[in-house]
This record gives sequence, structure tokens and C-alpha cells, in this order.
Amino acid sequence: MIGNLPFVACVVLIILGLYTLIFKRNLIKIVIGLNLVQCGVNLFLITLGYKSDSVAPIYTMAGKEEMVLPTPQALTLTSIVIGLATTALILSFAILIYKHYKTADASKIRRLRG
Amino acid sequence: MMSKIVRTITNILYSSILIFGFYIIMHGHLTPGGGFQGGAVVASGIALVLIAYGYDTIKDWIKKSNLSILESIGGLAFIGVAFLGIGTTFFYNFLANSGTLFGNPTVIGINPGDLNTAGVLPLMSWAVGLKVLAGLGSIVLLMAYGIKKGDEK
Amino acid sequence: MKKYVALAALLVVSGFFLLSAIEMHSFGSPAEEDMDRYFIENAQEETSTNNVVTSIVFDYRGFDTLGEATVLFTAVVGVSLLFRRLRK
Repeated sequence: MIGNLPFVACVVLIILGLYTLIFKRNLIKIVIGLNLVQCGVNLFLITLGYKSDSVAPIYTMAGKEEMVLPTPQALTLTSIVIGLATTALILSFAILIYKHYKTADASKIRRLRG
Repeated sequence: MMSKIVRTITNILYSSILIFGFYIIMHGHLTPGGGFQGGAVVASGIALVLIAYGYDTIKDWIKKSNLSILESIGGLAFIGVAFLGIGTTFFYNFLANSGTLFGNPTVIGINPGDLNTAGVLPLMSWAVGLKVLAGLGSIVLLMAYGIKKGDEK
Repeated sequence: MKKYVALAALLVVSGFFLLSAIEMHSFGSPAEEDMDRYFIENAQEETSTNNVVTSIVFDYRGFDTLGEATVLFTAVVGVSLLFRRLRK
């Protein structure tokens, strides 16, 4: 009944993020599109490691002894922090561009002004 | 500086957020959590105080140089603990299943947890938690300083 | 004119993504699991902890955590460099 619906949901997130990244002109909306692509990729990494009828891989008061795969969850932690570092730097650039050009429209920022 | 209701609720909630974040860092080897998650929770508490009171009041309470010292201590402690087991290999867990500081052995199978177990892992979890806390707090404070510096010219 | 070319390219890429998501292996039976079976069975004796994910992040794969602490430090240095006080 479920089929491959979780994989299709992750791919829909990535496609929506790509649409926002290409077709919007405000600087903050471009940053939101980049963040959507990162969220879709992290969700896809976690859904790769699911086994049917299993619980979380922690032995403290667990339900039963069959557990999902723990390795993709450990790698997704690192990926989330790297996404955060990228978003912090690109938001700092957006603040500096707005202070210098007095506009936040990406199609009016064309010439280098000293 | 936001309204009176927001400042009152922030005064009540700030200590609860700090205690919850440190609880998640400390019990990283028994329940879901660990260093990164607890550090992010405490940094969101710092961001709440910054939004409620404005940057001019905050810069006497939380200084940027103190956060920088905390981050350096966290990073050096992480590498120092990794170097202590260099007799066998780098990153060796030399305190697990021994009798000293964090060295009780665990019961195999499903059990309620014991805080005294898991060797080197709580020390490394504290170091990474301090580093993430100071890093995220520094980023938020620097962005607030940058916005205010551009407004007054 | 440029918007229609971009829209056509986006539709082609999304068609490839959706086709590969439908044709993947079925949800709930992963392909390879020998390494994770070793981690689940032996993590309690060797590292004496109850949380298998934390023992992977800090003990079995500690180098990835070291690299990620470096990335976080580099982000703080980069933001602090962009907002410094310039002397005019």
C-alpha cells in the first residue's frame, strides 16, 4: 500500500527547491530554495536505511531486538551541520550586498561600483 | 526591545531551555541526543534572549570574547582526549570496561541505562557540545552587530 | 524566451528524478547490511554504551566528527571576517 511513496516525497522536495532557485529574484527567496534542496537530500539519506517492523537502534528500554540501520543516521548529522555553515555564510553575503546596493533584487545588481 | 509580555516570558523560560539543553548533552550515551543536538538547543536559547532584548542591552551580558574562549577550550579538549590513547591507536577508547572514571561494563541486551558507563564518549560529547554552543552563538551575535553597524552610518 | 528554455530543462530533470525514485528497490528492505549487523551486535561489548548511533559518531567513525568540527570553526572565522571594523 505504501509503495515507494517516501522516495517520491524526497524527490518532490528537491524539485521544488530547484524551481525556487531558478525562477525567483529576491535574495532571501534564493537562500530558502538552497535550504529546501539540503532538506530533501538529508531526508533521502535517512529513508535509505529502514527495515520493516523495526525500532530505533537504542538498547535503553527498547521494544524488541530488531533495529533499523544506524550508519545513515550518523552520516546525516554531519550533513546537517555542513548545511548550516553554508547557510550562515550565504546570509552574511546577502546582508553585505543589501547594505552596498540598497536593493534586494538579483536582476538589478549588475555593475561593480567602487 | 520587544513588548513587556515577551520580556516576562523570556525571563521565565530561559533557565528551562538551558537545563534541557545540558540534559541532552550529558545523557548522550543512553538516550537519543549527544553533543550536536544539545549544543543547538542551548544556542536557540541565546537567540531568544537576543531577539527579546535587542543588541544594545545584550552586549554587556554576553561578550564575544568569552564565547571565543569557550569554543577554543572545546576544540582543544576534543583533540586532547583523542590523543590520550595513542598507545594503541588514535581515538582509542581506553576507559571502556575498566574500573576507573566512566568504566562500568553494561548488561548485554535490553536494560535501563547506567550513567557511569561508556568510557571516553561523555567527555568527547561535552567538548563537541561546548564547541557547537559557542559557534552558533557567535554567528548570531556577529550578524546582529553587522546589521546595527550599517544602520547608524 | 529564456524562461521557456529554463522551464523545459527543469521538466526534463524532474522527469529523470521521478522515474528513478519509482524504480528504486522497495521501501523497507535495504540492499547491503553486513556492516550494520556487526555494529548492532558488538557495540555493547566493545564500547559499553547503549546508544549505537553515538558510538558510531564518536568511536567507530571519529574522523568524520573531527572534520565536521573543523567545518564549524571555519564558518565562524568566515562570518567574523566579513563583519570586521574597517579603518577609513
